[in-house]
Amino acid sequence: MSVTINDYLALSFLIFTIGFVGVLVRRNFLTVLMSIELMLNAVNLNLIAFSRRLSDLTGQIFSVFVITIAAGEAAIGLAIIISLYRQRKTLNVDEADTMEG
Amino acid sequence: MGGELLTGLSGGIFAIFALVAVVCAISVVLARNPIHSALFLLATFLMVAGIFFLQGAEFVGAVQILVYAGGIMVLFLFVIMLVNVQRLPQTEPYQKQIVAAVVLGFVLNVLFDAQLVLEPIPGGAPFSPDAFRTAAGRVLGNSQAVAWGLYREYLLPFEIASVFLLVAIVGAVVLGRRSVEKMD
Repeated sequence: MSVTINDYLALSFLIFTIGFVGVLVRRNFLTVLMSIELMLNAVNLNLIAFSRRLSDLTGQIFSVFVITIAAGEAAIGLAIIISLYRQRKTLNVDEADTMEG
Repeated sequence: MGGELLTGLSGGIFAIFALVAVVCAISVVLARNPIHSALFLLATFLMVAGIFFLQGAEFVGAVQILVYAGGIMVLFLFVIMLVNVQRLPQTEPYQKQIVAAVVLGFVLNVLFDAQLVLEPIPGGAPFSPDAFRTAAGRVLGNSQAVAWGLYREYLLPFEIASVFLLVAIVGAVVLGRRSVEKMD
């Protein structure tokens, strides 16, 4: 079977919307972060697919930077989760509803 | 018309990777236990890395496994074990709007796929594998080619990314401190 760029775009968008629904729907902070990582993976799929379609290395270099940023953002997000757990003893996103301090 | 990115057996392997990746992604979102979500996410990362390797993006595939599967997933599992999810009060895993969100996602996908079917992006020039492996006019390998791009054309984003990682390290250390009073 032959795979075209359109199949790659459909797959990338499908994984992106799955992560998007996960961010909207889940109550656990950890799962929300995991859904964000899913979205970033979908973006990388898109970049690599177009890199091959255009025979250009720029897409792959961009993907390396996206992975770098995702790693940094995951670290900060997990540090925030630990802070929240220490203060409130909860991982529920609905409990993080006061803006003070 | 050289529109295909992958043909034959590679296309079949891509279909398997894609199917497993989508099933694991849905399981990440739907699993009740965060540990299950983390393991399904790990499987998704490995499937995506496999798709990268199929495309000839070997360096990015290796970085994906090293950083995502080997770094970020370890971070997630550490935090899950640190937080000890069993002792937390069991709440409903999904918000009230789950049906609306799933319908929204489904509608978005249908619209996007309809657009792709009505006006598919045309295939381009036939792909020669050496396009991803040439650096300085010689065929060396994908890592060398990406390195030549990273350190010459894209040197500024590379340096900015390293500063960003420093900021992330300092931020994570500051956010992870126990309390301000105990530092002297």
